[in-house]
Amino acid sequence: MTSVDISLGEVALALVLVALAAAVSVWRRAELESDLGLAVLRSFLQLTAVGYVIQAIFDSDSLWVVAGLLAVMVGFGTFTAHRRARAVPGALGPIALALGAAAAVTLGLVLALGVFEAEPRYLVPVGGMVIGNSMTAAAVALNRLADEVRAQAPRIEATLALGATARQAAAGLVTRSLRSGMIPLIDSTKTTGVVFFPGAMVGMLIAGAEPLDAVRLQLILLWVLLGAVALSSLLAVSLGYRGFFTPAQQLRELAGV
Amino acid sequence: MRLLNRLADPDEGAVRFQGEDVRGLDPLDLRRRAALVPQLPAPLPGTVAHNVRYGPSLCGEEADVNAALAAAGLDDGYAVRDAERLSVGEQQRVMLARALALEPEVLLLDEPTSALDEAARDGVERTLRELEHRLSTVLVTHDRAQAERLASQVVELDRGRLA
Repeated sequence: MTSVDISLGEVALALVLVALAAAVSVWRRAELESDLGLAVLRSFLQLTAVGYVIQAIFDSDSLWVVAGLLAVMVGFGTFTAHRRARAVPGALGPIALALGAAAAVTLGLVLALGVFEAEPRYLVPVGGMVIGNSMTAAAVALNRLADEVRAQAPRIEATLALGATARQAAAGLVTRSLRSGMIPLIDSTKTTGVVFFPGAMVGMLIAGAEPLDAVRLQLILLWVLLGAVALSSLLAVSLGYRGFFTPAQQLRELAGV
Repeated sequence: MRLLNRLADPDEGAVRFQGEDVRGLDPLDLRRRAALVPQLPAPLPGTVAHNVRYGPSLCGEEADVNAALAAAGLDDGYAVRDAERLSVGEQQRVMLARALALEPEVLLLDEPTSALDEAARDGVERTLRELEHRLSTVLVTHDRAQAERLASQVVELDRGRLA
């Protein structure tokens, strides 16, 4: 594979398109100019910083450093998903476990099966994708769970009143929430290559890789992500539903119900 | 009413069932012995028979669907009907049949006729009067006349205190 050299000047030229976005915002009075400016500045600073961090990790060639970075990603992912799933009581633990297990199991399996070699060059980007997608799936699934519990509270209580455990009363909602967490990635996997080209494949093509190599890598990534998202959604909702119930199998009073 | 079968716990004081603080009892067992009919019907998706069977099936028991329906004033034909597509009055009777299928010692009725019209209310009241020989009933109602019609003992609560 050949590497590509992109100068800062070439990056700066892409700002022309940002100017177009700003012009649309001014013309239609969308008042997004300052947000656009902030987005450009933050993306530049954050990605540049991450670029240096990843370079340093690649140079160190230490799997311990990689594990540390992945742990930090799980931590940030947990807090981000927790902010989005605030309506689920006590969701921090289930989310942390869901993201941690999704990352550990999927990366462990691809290494054990020999899909990727145990090198920072593979583990850092793949780990980032696994944790990012797991975070989104866990947050979507838990949000759906909270909506379901709120909408179905009378039926849940009526079911508890018949002697059902919290697990039995929540079974249907847990399944529906799991589906919500998994469906977006399943749908985008179905349409991949037709409606959109995934980022890793685009990156490899631009970097000069053979198209079939790019496709094979992308397939591995998509299929790994399906496993990660399923595991993350499953753990998040299977553990998260408990937050809505007391140990005496009572539905907790929910804020805003 | 939710305190009586421990769907909630009191902030202070205690609820006793046959002399025992309900917090010392297994909540699932308590809810089978003191079965609740909710204020608004909350049927499970599926047939009436599925709804009636659900409670007993949780502890591995088989419900006598037709007997429970009959006790709640519904004929056998209801068993195969979709519970969510019945009228509110019919659904409330399904809630009653579902509670009776647990063969409880006490029936807890939380304003069971508040969502019903007069004819449906009279029908449910008739059924409740027929049941009073079979089991104890605790009824919460805002309708003093209904309390007089159905209860052997009336307790009035005014702003959370016994009047």
